[in-house]
Amino acid sequence: MEMGVGRGGGTKPPPMEVGNGGMGVGWKSAHSVSHFPLLQPALLPGLYSHRRRHLFVGEEKKDIKKTMTSRPELQAPPEIFYNDDEARKYTSSSRIIDIQAKLSERAVELLALPDDDVPRLLLDIGCGSGLSGETLTEFGHQWIGLDISPSMLDVALEREAEGDLILSDMGQGLGLRPGVIDGAISISAVQWLCNADKSSHEPRLRLKAFFGSLYRCLARGARAVLQVYPENVAQRELILGFAMRSGFSGGVVVDFPHSTKQRKEYLVLTCGQASLNSTTPNAKGEDGESCSDEDDSSGDEKNHSVSVSDRHRPRKKQKLNKKVRGKEWVLKKKDQMRRKGNAVPLDTKYTARKRKDRF
Amino acid sequence: MRLLTHNMLSSNIKGVTNGFPLLIEAVKVVEKEVDFNEDFLKNMFVKVEWKALVEASRTLGYTELPESAEASMLDSDEFLRKFHHALLELHLEDGALVCPETGRKFPVSKGIPNMLLHEDEV
Repeated sequence: MEMGVGRGGGTKPPPMEVGNGGMGVGWKSAHSVSHFPLLQPALLPGLYSHRRRHLFVGEEKKDIKKTMTSRPELQAPPEIFYNDDEARKYTSSSRIIDIQAKLSERAVELLALPDDDVPRLLLDIGCGSGLSGETLTEFGHQWIGLDISPSMLDVALEREAEGDLILSDMGQGLGLRPGVIDGAISISAVQWLCNADKSSHEPRLRLKAFFGSLYRCLARGARAVLQVYPENVAQRELILGFAMRSGFSGGVVVDFPHSTKQRKEYLVLTCGQASLNSTTPNAKGEDGESCSDEDDSSGDEKNHSVSVSDRHRPRKKQKLNKKVRGKEWVLKKKDQMRRKGNAVPLDTKYTARKRKDRF
Repeated sequence: MRLLTHNMLSSNIKGVTNGFPLLIEAVKVVEKEVDFNEDFLKNMFVKVEWKALVEASRTLGYTELPESAEASMLDSDEFLRKFHHALLELHLEDGALVCPETGRKFPVSKGIPNMLLHEDEV
């Protein structure tokens, strides 16, 4: 008997052959799933593979989630992640071009350069394929771009970026003369410094080298605006901490703070404010005024004032004292309390004696 | 790479006290036209290390720059044109930059200098 699926006015679609050849075509109902060849989860293209991937030996569920996130920093070091393919993909995506343009425009705005139509010499740190540099050119400035990925720089050459490009690692220091740069921007790059990509890398040393050299090469009063994607609060604090320690003053500007997608953070750092650390450098004079001495002023961490300011907190001068313990400090404090009129135990040979570690 | 950038670059190698200016080994030099902007040139004049610029432009084959320069010369259009040409229009496409203290070479290819330091130079 013919299982005429065509019968009934042709409302049912004809079933597809399910691979058992010959006879099987007609006996399955038109509504069954076996219309379509059975698809294994692993064969499903991109969209669902991250949900149905089987765990490999030794992996846990959370490992999958981590690598499948949208953070490239967790996948590979930047010079490897941004290889030729990725560089091309990145630069041909109109969405990314659009975002980068917006971020760069905002960064230039935050640079607060004088409104006098004089082209300035700017730095584009982590310039990549020159997307952000294009914005700088549009504003009429000359710029020098630094990036660690040769593939990205090749794409920048193809796009005929107007600025000079340098292949370098910002964690090794910028290698620029003191006081020559009028402003610096960085779009989505500085958070890469927080990863230890090689065994010899120590993120803190790299952050220090970066911010120290950035501070030195900026002219007095110049700003650096760094748009970053910190992974978490700890990373943000780390980056900001090293920036402050290098002598910068400034804070964080957050655009669209309540939207997860649109939220963007900019570190706005200024060089050469009056209320700077106590090892305040002398201005160099007419030519090439710079923000710092020849010596590395960021190396001295004891007893220097850090001026901390941002939009939400009033300016506070914090004195950082390393030695907050010690016998004389304790005795001093006890004296203070006595003068106040508190009941303070007598000073004996046991006062501020070194206790065992477990205390 | 233009001489504008060369004039700002210094050798970053550990232990080097005076890494500026980097010596140039020119293999291929290209000239590209750039828009003339007087304000920018005046702004840059104070920052530029003049001697290094003259040396570098000579290495790249441009001998028109005067040995020494003062701010008063900025009024002369001819001087500005020469300054503009040397600073922005001469490109080092292929060659190398050499650290003046250690002699270490930083290769330049397609106009991009490779300033990446090795592990032991950081």
